Amino acid sequence: MTAKIVIKGLCKAFGRKKVLQGVDLEIEQGESVVVIGGSGSGKSVLLKCILGLLRPDSGEILVDGQPTVHLGSSDRARMLTKFGMLFQGAALFDSLPVWQNVSFGLIQGEGMKLPEAKRLAIDTLAKVGLGADVADLFPAELSGGMQKRVGLARAIASKPEVIFFDEPTTGLDPIMSDVINQLIVERVRDLGATALSITHDMASARKIADRIVMLYQGKIIWQGKTAEIDHSGNAYVDQFINGRAEGPIQMEVRAS
Amino acid sequence: MGDFLATIGRSALGFFASVGRLFLFAGVTLSHIVRPPFYFKLLLRQMLLIGYNSLPVVGLTALFTGMVLALQSHTGFSGLGGDAAVALLVVLSVTRELGPVIAGLMVAGRVGAAIAAELGTMSVTDQIAALSTLSTNPYKYLVVPRVLAGIITMPLLVIVADIIGILGGYIVAVYLLGSNPSSYLHQTWSALKAPDVMSGLYKAAVFGFVVTLMGCYHGYHSRGGAQGVGSATTNAVVSSSILILLTDYLLTSVFFS
Repeated sequence: MTAKIVIKGLCKAFGRKKVLQGVDLEIEQGESVVVIGGSGSGKSVLLKCILGLLRPDSGEILVDGQPTVHLGSSDRARMLTKFGMLFQGAALFDSLPVWQNVSFGLIQGEGMKLPEAKRLAIDTLAKVGLGADVADLFPAELSGGMQKRVGLARAIASKPEVIFFDEPTTGLDPIMSDVINQLIVERVRDLGATALSITHDMASARKIADRIVMLYQGKIIWQGKTAEIDHSGNAYVDQFINGRAEGPIQMEVRAS
Repeated sequence: MGDFLATIGRSALGFFASVGRLFLFAGVTLSHIVRPPFYFKLLLRQMLLIGYNSLPVVGLTALFTGMVLALQSHTGFSGLGGDAAVALLVVLSVTRELGPVIAGLMVAGRVGAAIAAELGTMSVTDQIAALSTLSTNPYKYLVVPRVLAGIITMPLLVIVADIIGILGGYIVAVYLLGSNPSSYLHQTWSALKAPDVMSGLYKAAVFGFVVTLMGCYHGYHSRGGAQGVGSATTNAVVSSSILILLTDYLLTSVFFS
């Protein structure tokens, strides 16, 4: 069986700044992979390349064995129906009430009727621990943790085969982080979906991941099972997971 | 010396790159106008926001424009014995030139800025990226309704501006300068020609396209948080104002040559 997502030799540069320098990664069906790495290591760019929000300079991305880098806009839209994504800042549409946010893909993409979409939105909200009373609120009226939950509900509403999580716990308190992590694990298992997350929160990575991949300066420098990360034998990984300022990774303090 | 030349070269390249990006953006937008799916509800909503809500500001500016035109032409032509010229001048200036241009500039300030700020905020908070992941084309969902609403509502706004502008001229000429009401109306009527009004309406449609397109383009491509949104808003208003005056000259030279 071929892997759900295969990435080969992916390169992407912005001007002279090389963000991805030959990333190779395979993600199996139903697997949960977490990419860790410092700020500016190219994690977000990797996700955006897979989704087609950015076009890579070179390299291949295969989804279900189909190359996706050069898809036209309508073929890409069809491919993206398999995907769901939880954005870092939740990226809810602030002009729409919560329930229309949750069922947006179903209303716009699949032409679902509004009453049915609202019922489904309320069901989906219940799955992320939110009551029906939240459905008619607007995103600006919600706390950060609730926005993340609504974002999660929106990502899973169309029952995608692949879900991306972009820093799901950033900006949340430790307890709410764990609640979100728990929800992610449950919902992904529920759907039998393939998950790809990026984070620099090690507690989150340990909880969500089947496999952890470390990205540093645009390359994958280590990957292995979640349990193996404490004995990786890799100085970069050790420094990162223990959060030490001293080590082989030198933070770029100067903005580039 | 080399640095100096390199700077010129870089800014020239940057200029051509952004012109190219703008034309690509316009091309993609136009191609999406004619391809389904269509979002009629969003179009109606934008027509309300862009057209109806601009009525007060466009109406007021048109009123004062007509009034000042009558006043200026009266004082300017009084030596030439031409009170009859007041009505003609007001009608021609308002329908051909000032109605569409002033309405266009007001809409650029009001609507162009609002569009750039809204789309800019959506862009920097990943809402535009989120649209794509929910299998909705952001051009179709965000750009096309706004641009189409601009093209449709600007001529309607200019019809209103023409009427109010000419009314402003009438008020000043009759109540302030003591012209005979019926002869002023008669002069206005005989000065009013369909080709003049139509040329103004064509211009208005083009200005509507320019303003909404620049608002969408700058908003869509804004980067870097609040500051990026701020400069996108400024750029949208400045560039659409300049483009309105430029296309006004070009269209006038095409219509009346």
